[in-house]
Amino acid sequence: MKMEQNVDYLNVAYGPRSWLLSTDHKRIAILYMISITFFFFVGGFFALLMRLELLTPQGDLVAAHTYNELFSMHGITMIFFFLIPSIPAVLGNFLVPLMIGARDLAFPKLNLLSWYLYIIGGIFTLTAMITGGVDTGWTFYTPLSTAYSTTNVIPVVTGIFILGFSSILTGVNFIITIHKMRAPGLTWFRLPLFIWAQYATSIIIVLATPVIAITLLLLIVERVFGVGIFNPALGGDPLLFQHLFWFYSHPAVYIMVLPSMGVVSELITCFARKRIFGYYFMAAAIMAIAALGFLVWGHHMFVSGQSVYASMVFSALSYFVAVPSAIKVFNWLATLYKGSISFHTPLLYAFGFIGLFTIGGLTGLFLAALAVDVHVTDTYFVVAHFHYIMVGGAVMGYLGGIHYWWPKITGRLYPEGWAKFSALVLFVGFNLTFFPQFILGYLGMPRRYHVYPPEFQVLNVLSTAGATILGIGYLIPFTYLIWSLRRGKHAGPNPWNATGLEWTTSSPPPQHNFDKTPIVTEGPYAYPPFEKTEVVHGGS
Amino acid sequence: MTSLLSIFPLFPVEASQQARQIDELYVALVIIASIFTAIIFVCLAYFAVRYRKGSRANREMRHPENLKLEIAWTVIPLIISAGIYVWSAKLFFDLHVAPKNAIEIYVVAKQWMWKIEHPEGNREINALHIPVGIPVKLVMTSQDVIHSFYVPAFRVKQDVLPDRYTTEWFLPTKVGTYHLFCAEYCGTGHASMIGTVYVMDQADYQQWLAGKSGEVPLATSGEDLFQHFACSTCHQLNDMGRGPSLYGLFGSMVRLQNGQRVIADQSYIRNSIYDPGDQVVAGYRAIMPTFRKQIDPDQMAALIEYIKTLGAPAKPAKGTKQ
Repeated sequence: MKMEQNVDYLNVAYGPRSWLLSTDHKRIAILYMISITFFFFVGGFFALLMRLELLTPQGDLVAAHTYNELFSMHGITMIFFFLIPSIPAVLGNFLVPLMIGARDLAFPKLNLLSWYLYIIGGIFTLTAMITGGVDTGWTFYTPLSTAYSTTNVIPVVTGIFILGFSSILTGVNFIITIHKMRAPGLTWFRLPLFIWAQYATSIIIVLATPVIAITLLLLIVERVFGVGIFNPALGGDPLLFQHLFWFYSHPAVYIMVLPSMGVVSELITCFARKRIFGYYFMAAAIMAIAALGFLVWGHHMFVSGQSVYASMVFSALSYFVAVPSAIKVFNWLATLYKGSISFHTPLLYAFGFIGLFTIGGLTGLFLAALAVDVHVTDTYFVVAHFHYIMVGGAVMGYLGGIHYWWPKITGRLYPEGWAKFSALVLFVGFNLTFFPQFILGYLGMPRRYHVYPPEFQVLNVLSTAGATILGIGYLIPFTYLIWSLRRGKHAGPNPWNATGLEWTTSSPPPQHNFDKTPIVTEGPYAYPPFEKTEVVHGGS
Repeated sequence: MTSLLSIFPLFPVEASQQARQIDELYVALVIIASIFTAIIFVCLAYFAVRYRKGSRANREMRHPENLKLEIAWTVIPLIISAGIYVWSAKLFFDLHVAPKNAIEIYVVAKQWMWKIEHPEGNREINALHIPVGIPVKLVMTSQDVIHSFYVPAFRVKQDVLPDRYTTEWFLPTKVGTYHLFCAEYCGTGHASMIGTVYVMDQADYQQWLAGKSGEVPLATSGEDLFQHFACSTCHQLNDMGRGPSLYGLFGSMVRLQNGQRVIADQSYIRNSIYDPGDQVVAGYRAIMPTFRKQIDPDQMAALIEYIKTLGAPAKPAKGTKQ
């Protein structure tokens, strides 16, 4: 047995202090990973109870009020405490410095602070949930949230307010790191697309998050002091809240999905052993999505009472977002063309992402189509659509990334057989859960109903069955990844033969990432041309 | 196939003119989405098999950039999107322009019930009776939080907000009973804020209207309120009063002090009674006090219906002073 003598970031120090006070971006990434995994299972638990209630048309498992709290807390937990920090705070934190050849992020202490803000926000929100919950939906629409709900709105909102600063600090840190700390020779157009995606995401975070922070603060001011801002009974305007809320919450969708697109680009190039097709278009598409994402918030409000003409403009702009999204999907496909593809688990997740994101994106066209949206908004059609984007897209990308970089993060390989099996289970479970909801929505079942007319039951039963499979699908990787920490095979520095600076250092990386500063001389994804023996002329 | 669809229907009943139009657009979208999904899935599967590691496929390739291809898959989605946009925007615009002959019915939403007031004076809770073949326009407001009036069989939905009117119209084409849902989450009883829409043939509808005896038409109650609040002290037959005349007002174009022009619809009248200083008519002083405290949504509906009956001054409607 060969002993590794290397000092890496995991064995350089031991004990809680060495973790809780660490300024190493890699350790902070691990702290984030543990925290968001916790919140993911909390949110998943709420979802499970909801799906169980929806097995029958009557309200037999939980009462109306409890159900309302369940979907509110499911949304709040999953969006704010899992999806938004998922890839940036875990994979981004771990990989941004490694991929650009830096020793750490630009502001390591700020990075640690951002994790503490996350935890403080989490404690606020979690405590509020345990001591009575909140029933406003994750959308906090006024005047329901400011004047009518009797639940713990203030502490939950305070938690999210604090959490916002955690996001902002991470965003600022990434932007400055990517601008100032790239290794010599690593020009902008030599950056991996994962970095482009993190950069675009960080810009969205920094520009949009302050808006939700102010909005939530105004909500608190109205609820506590009775200052009329949103409540018409006090002279306010409830649509103002919706505009402000979606000005953040629409770009937030791209905070969730852009990083996943970055991950998928890494996975496909590595396992097809090819340069990405259309690198410049891919980078431009990422930035275009980030920019256009700020101009389409009003498409959440087609039936809200906003002006008809405003709705028409928002609809038109929404179609422009479809274009860069389509570019990305087609370029991934073109990358596979004439590749040499090996089907490791991360690639299966990347395929899962492409499939589910395609369906999620195309059904977005339905929702942007004004007249169709009038019928399907606030029904299960919307629920299905955004789960295809946010779970099918963001979570698939996250899990794909976790598997791909697991050897780098832990130094160990995960068990490939189990991993492939669970990827398949997740894909099947996901589709069975959410595809029936498209039909359910078009049939007219409103969302946020715990009781429903009996004709909707069959589709709801299918959905609940799928959710059960999905739940099991999430437990499998949770189990084998923990198992692999001690029992997994040693990975070596580059188990996938991948390009990218993160694979040039040992696994797990040393505390300061690189023994000496790497010098970059070529673009990303410089996979060697295929060997002559693989080429058979005229074989088509 | 038909029997399978009756067990697993993919569409709700088409019970309005709009339902048919929206379903057509929806089907077009399903076809477009299916074609794109098929292209992507087939390419993915084909490439995955053909270019699997170790397969004997020709992998000779020039530079991994192809401008023509990139432009093609940028422009084609753009053109398709533009087509869908124009189609959907046209339908959407039509959803907001009710025909002149529409029956106007008032809806007041509150946690957690729908109150319906017909111009004939009939009131109902969580139920809406309407005739087939005649357009219906709902003039809606909420007494508390935001609700949304959703009838899947008609494919229409509109949020109902406190302190303002929103409207929604449809042309029922099929006799039957249909679900009414509140589609905007409104608190604990949201899922029980449901009702039934009864589309009846004309004769049955007339019978239903007449069936409830003792109902006072909204315009008549409105006239009483008009007297009660002494509105005619200022709003007289001609424009010589302290306030503008209300004769022939409804549906006309009003010029405001700030130069704007607005159509005198329900929202305008409602706003002028609750916030008189907001939209002052050109040539008048903003001296009217607000009646926000005195007039509730039901009374507002009655007043508006009364003002609607005030024709041109040439033939004074009943109830005019002097």
